[in-house]
Amino acid sequence: MSAHFPGLVIIIPLVAAFLILIGALLDKRLAFPLTALALLGSLVTAIGLLARVMQVGVVEYHLAGWAPPVGIAYRVDHLNGLVLVAVAAVAFINLLGTRPLVVEAFGDRLGPFYTLYILLVAGLLGIVVTGDAFNLYVLLEIAALTGYALVGMGEGRAPLASLNYIFMGTVGASFYLLGVGYLYLVTGTLNMADLAVRLPALYPSKVVFSAFVICLAGLCLKMGFFPLHAWLPNAYSYAPDPVSSLVAPLMTKVMVYVMVRIMLFVFTPAFAFDLTAISEPMVWMAIVAIVAGSFLALSTRRLKRMLTYIVVAEVGYMVGGFWLGNRLGISGAILHIINDAVMTLCVFLAAAALIARTGSDAIDDMQGLFKKMPVTMAVFVIAGLSIIGVPPTCGFFSKWYLISGAIAAGQYGFMAALLLSSLINLVLFFRIFEIAYFEPFEDHHAEHPTGHGRVLSAVQEAPLELLVPLVVTAALLFALGIYAGDIVSLIIDKAIPLGIV
Amino acid sequence: MESLLSNFLAKYNYWVYIGLVMIGMYAMIAKRNLVKKIIGMNIVQTAVILFYVSIGAKKGKTIPIIAHGHEETGHHAAQAIDYISPLPHVLMLTAIVVSVATLGVALALAIKIYRQYGTLEEDEIALRINEP
Repeated sequence: MSAHFPGLVIIIPLVAAFLILIGALLDKRLAFPLTALALLGSLVTAIGLLARVMQVGVVEYHLAGWAPPVGIAYRVDHLNGLVLVAVAAVAFINLLGTRPLVVEAFGDRLGPFYTLYILLVAGLLGIVVTGDAFNLYVLLEIAALTGYALVGMGEGRAPLASLNYIFMGTVGASFYLLGVGYLYLVTGTLNMADLAVRLPALYPSKVVFSAFVICLAGLCLKMGFFPLHAWLPNAYSYAPDPVSSLVAPLMTKVMVYVMVRIMLFVFTPAFAFDLTAISEPMVWMAIVAIVAGSFLALSTRRLKRMLTYIVVAEVGYMVGGFWLGNRLGISGAILHIINDAVMTLCVFLAAAALIARTGSDAIDDMQGLFKKMPVTMAVFVIAGLSIIGVPPTCGFFSKWYLISGAIAAGQYGFMAALLLSSLINLVLFFRIFEIAYFEPFEDHHAEHPTGHGRVLSAVQEAPLELLVPLVVTAALLFALGIYAGDIVSLIIDKAIPLGIV
Repeated sequence: MESLLSNFLAKYNYWVYIGLVMIGMYAMIAKRNLVKKIIGMNIVQTAVILFYVSIGAKKGKTIPIIAHGHEETGHHAAQAIDYISPLPHVLMLTAIVVSVATLGVALALAIKIYRQYGTLEEDEIALRINEP
């Protein structure tokens, strides 16, 4: 049974997608339990896989028994074992937490909603687990297409934002496919491990360099790396709340993982860092991304929009940390993939709870919320502190690795950008805390009832179903922080090729 | 000049695909109508498909099916070099499905946008959004 875990981790949600659609036709109430059961199955298999990888090393799985390079191989090592658990856990927690919001917003479309939800998660898990470059493209499109549909289910400007997301996302995926095509042209293989063996002899070839650049450009577009981020803020802020708390933590992070996977294990570090002179410009672009993302976040007065700009800045953290090219920087980038997924989930879930109760996502409408929704706000504060980087929350530790990596690589500009971004995050979150804690609420809201006609004095704490996942996520932030050293030494250290010092 | 021309003619499939990508990109950037943008997006995807299909081809070789393979008694080994490569073509079956699905989602969203704003012109939609 456990030998089939790499296949099962995506086959369970894929099969469940059909069952959910059929089940929901019989009875809409079946959709949620089926989804929860399937995602729990994925989470258990993902944890089982990580445990197995930590015991015996790389786990390889040949789909339908065809050995690579002819067949498609799913290959789990320390790197994707860790990311798999993070993806499955975030999707599962978000599913449990957002049920009341989903019922309220999509009560008549529960079947389609949960089918799309689980297909998106299946696509993301598949991207992480696969060891085949073309298979990755297919799963990427599964995740992307369901993501477009979920974002487009929102109200107001959501369809337009989703359409722009389709344009950019499709160009990004097509570029990735084109790069893979170039690699196939010169090597005749699509298996990642096989590519890594065959490519070194071809490094002087211009085709390989073109493939490298085109792949990287496509991935940067998909992950919303700063000059190519234009689709991200609209798509994530106009998406329905339960959707943005799923795609914002996972989509960009998984794309950063793909970049790490392609650069380290298809093109070797020798090619990515030494033969091409691209790491220095990438770090500088990451600096621009961090600074620009932070300032854009300062410029908005809307809660969800501010959080999406923070996501843009965080992508800069990870890309920059990776391209520092030393062990500390790459450890920081990989650790930040995990930490940022949980932090982003936490803030977006808290924002969803606040918006559901107050009916507004304007920061100025948040007066007095500490008294009205103490638990939600407490969780929001913890998540905010983690994004700022206050120990012992996990945000501090990944930032610590990134800054140490920047010093080791002599990239003081990147270090300065990280510190500046922390300061700006401090301003961003304390601005909210101040409004929510100190400003009185009754007189303001008596004059201006909020959008949905709810007066703030009627606002109450979020439902228990949402509070429990929120508190669990906040606890995870501390747990990830406290065990950060173990995660790095036991898992991430083994994920990075030995050649990198 | 001559070498440039022969270079062009020898690798015309790549030039065609690059041209198509450029046309598609131009439509996505310059056109203000959402359906025209969707068509541009589809042209980009089709160009990539064309690229893949063309790299499988070999001059003077045949399709990868062993003719009368089951009837012959003195069976001789098939040489891969005698056949065009079927793998890129098979991959593109999947990519075609993906591009059809993308087109479907995009058109569905375009319908939703049209119902919402009564137009598919970007500048008119921007006007409607900026109205209170």
